[in-house]
Amino acid sequence: MAGVGIEAISKSYGGIPVLRGVSLDVRDGEFLTLLGPSGCGKSTLLRIIAGLEIQDGGEIAIGGRPVDGARPKRRDVAMVFQSYALYPHMTVAANMALPLRMRRLSRWQRLPLIGPLLPGARAATARIEEEVRRTAAALEIGHVLERRPGQLSGGQRQRVAVGRAMVRQPAVFLMDEPLSNLDAKLRVTMRAEIKELHRRLGTTFIYVTHDQAEAMTLSDRVAVMLGGELLQVAAPQEIYADPADRRVAEFIGSPRINLIPAKVRDAGAVEIAGERIAVATGLPAGSQVTLGIRPEALFPAMPDERGFHGHVRLVEHLGSDLYVHLDAAGMAEPLIARLRAERAPDLAIGMPLRLTARTGHILLFDADGRRLRSNASAGSSDIPALGPELFAEPVP
Amino acid sequence: MSVSAQTVAAIPDPLPDRTPRRSSAIRMRALREELAALALAGPATALLLALFILPVVAVFIIALSDWQFGARTLRFVGLANFAEIAGDEGFHASLLNTLLYVLMVVPGTVLSGLGIALAIESGRSLRALYRAIHFLPFMATLAAMAIAWEALLHPTIGPVNQALAGLGLPTANWLRNEATVLPVLAVIGIWQNLGFAMVLFLAGLKSIPQDLYDAAEIDGADGWLDRLRTVTLPMLGPVSLFVVVVVALRAFEVFDTVQILTEGGPGRASEVLLLTLYRESFEFLHAGYGAAVTIVVLAIAVMLTLAQAKLLDRKVHYQ
Repeated sequence: MAGVGIEAISKSYGGIPVLRGVSLDVRDGEFLTLLGPSGCGKSTLLRIIAGLEIQDGGEIAIGGRPVDGARPKRRDVAMVFQSYALYPHMTVAANMALPLRMRRLSRWQRLPLIGPLLPGARAATARIEEEVRRTAAALEIGHVLERRPGQLSGGQRQRVAVGRAMVRQPAVFLMDEPLSNLDAKLRVTMRAEIKELHRRLGTTFIYVTHDQAEAMTLSDRVAVMLGGELLQVAAPQEIYADPADRRVAEFIGSPRINLIPAKVRDAGAVEIAGERIAVATGLPAGSQVTLGIRPEALFPAMPDERGFHGHVRLVEHLGSDLYVHLDAAGMAEPLIARLRAERAPDLAIGMPLRLTARTGHILLFDADGRRLRSNASAGSSDIPALGPELFAEPVP
Repeated sequence: MSVSAQTVAAIPDPLPDRTPRRSSAIRMRALREELAALALAGPATALLLALFILPVVAVFIIALSDWQFGARTLRFVGLANFAEIAGDEGFHASLLNTLLYVLMVVPGTVLSGLGIALAIESGRSLRALYRAIHFLPFMATLAAMAIAWEALLHPTIGPVNQALAGLGLPTANWLRNEATVLPVLAVIGIWQNLGFAMVLFLAGLKSIPQDLYDAAEIDGADGWLDRLRTVTLPMLGPVSLFVVVVVALRAFEVFDTVQILTEGGPGRASEVLLLTLYRESFEFLHAGYGAAVTIVVLAIAVMLTLAQAKLLDRKVHYQ
């Protein structure tokens, strides 16, 4: 078991930077997810940790030991690939035994025909077979050990790939989108199994995905990457509720967070499409800010209340919830609200609707996309909830 | 029933006796499709018949006769031609020579083709150039190339012997010596087929996923030999099978180099099956005997291919 120290890693391909000085400390035994859209550099970072790519600058340490010059097999890491990368000509048992055979048997002992006759080979092979059987039993693939990968289902292949990584008890597990090739239902099952595996083994896991649901459900901490940079590293609920950056807020959450450009009017309010909205920014009047409102923070205003008003553009029924798209006055993009189905039973396309939110549920970002934490709430981590008086008074 | 009856009643019918008309329209359409199918498949079928199937049938018929090439009459002799083949020492020598030639050319071509493909693939620069250089012999006219080889191997003024003499090594009359003639012909065969094998192996190497090499590296199989044994060779299985079968068949059909360089000599030391076939049929005009030889060659080729496919298939992984 070991933590992984990642210090100022940079990498470019043909002059195009892929990683720009990424630093991150993965704690011993932690489940850390590298989350980001494709091309953000997360897989490259994982491959650098594994030793499959060499960084241009920066250092990697596994268990406190620098490994920058070490080949992958000296790093005590195991990796599960998106394609599983099982050897198609070998049985499941041989696939799982390979990492142990390469480590425990000498070059001569591995030779076909003569190898098993050399002293010690038979005993070592028997031990390896026993360990493979134990691991396979733990992953419930004991009955397919003699089959080839081509004869297995997607879920079984995935387990074999995990088994091959598990069997030699590495210090760190690296997983590169291991669930992407599975169908949606199996993905949810395997997600739970990976979580359970981590709990049982207690080993450090570094998991790469572009799927926020995987990141949120599996991880102790999520590291959100974008454009080769690390934007935020925090626990899943914190990433969601308290994003440090507009891009993090945008990437996490489905449907996407509503981002509304606004102008600071005075210390206690901003202006959107001529409406005065009670949000304390602490910025000088006239500054540009962006309000972020999660779809579930929006709700229909009471008849006598003000709010973002407009006409319903689209209603998506999801059983328990509705996604309501509202063409709100003065806004370029429709607002999306997630409403409990029973709270808005008779919404239809084209109906007028007012939506409002509680001030406490509004995230504020400055012109550069950095999160603004209101001066009014200095000391506290969030803007205090003021009740539904977001639209304090009409603009004179 | 009542619903459909109502529907029919509700819609005024412009064609009262619609049913028979429609079925005749359908028949016409089916007929048109059949004619179109015949028109499309017909030319190819006719060509196949004329160029492939009928000649084969003709060969089978001629093999059972004593027909002399060009003669106006023939007499059926049953299996006499085959009996003659079984007892013919010339044919035995020819068969043995051909098998030896195949046994030299196939491993030589496959191993050198694979080696060159691996070398080209592992290098970074000038890949296209190396590929083209090694593929050229396969593209070249073999008759012309054979003459070039003859010049190279000339006993006195040939560069090969001159180079050997210059190094103080023994020289030989390569194409006139019973011991060297077949191996030298095999070397020429390897040289010619090498590019073909190499191109196929290069394509096979390209299709091996990088993930497998990565996995092998993490699993500890990171030496070149381990990588070759764990990933490269097993993944090249299907391509290798194809290369072995095709090169074996090409080697089995060797003719032009032998005809140009040695004409089967010295003695019968380089006589091969196709040469026997050619001579019997077109030089000695024993068309019946030649046809029987053709059938034996065909049978051997088919058996070789089937045996190879069966044997290798068990060891080969197909994705």
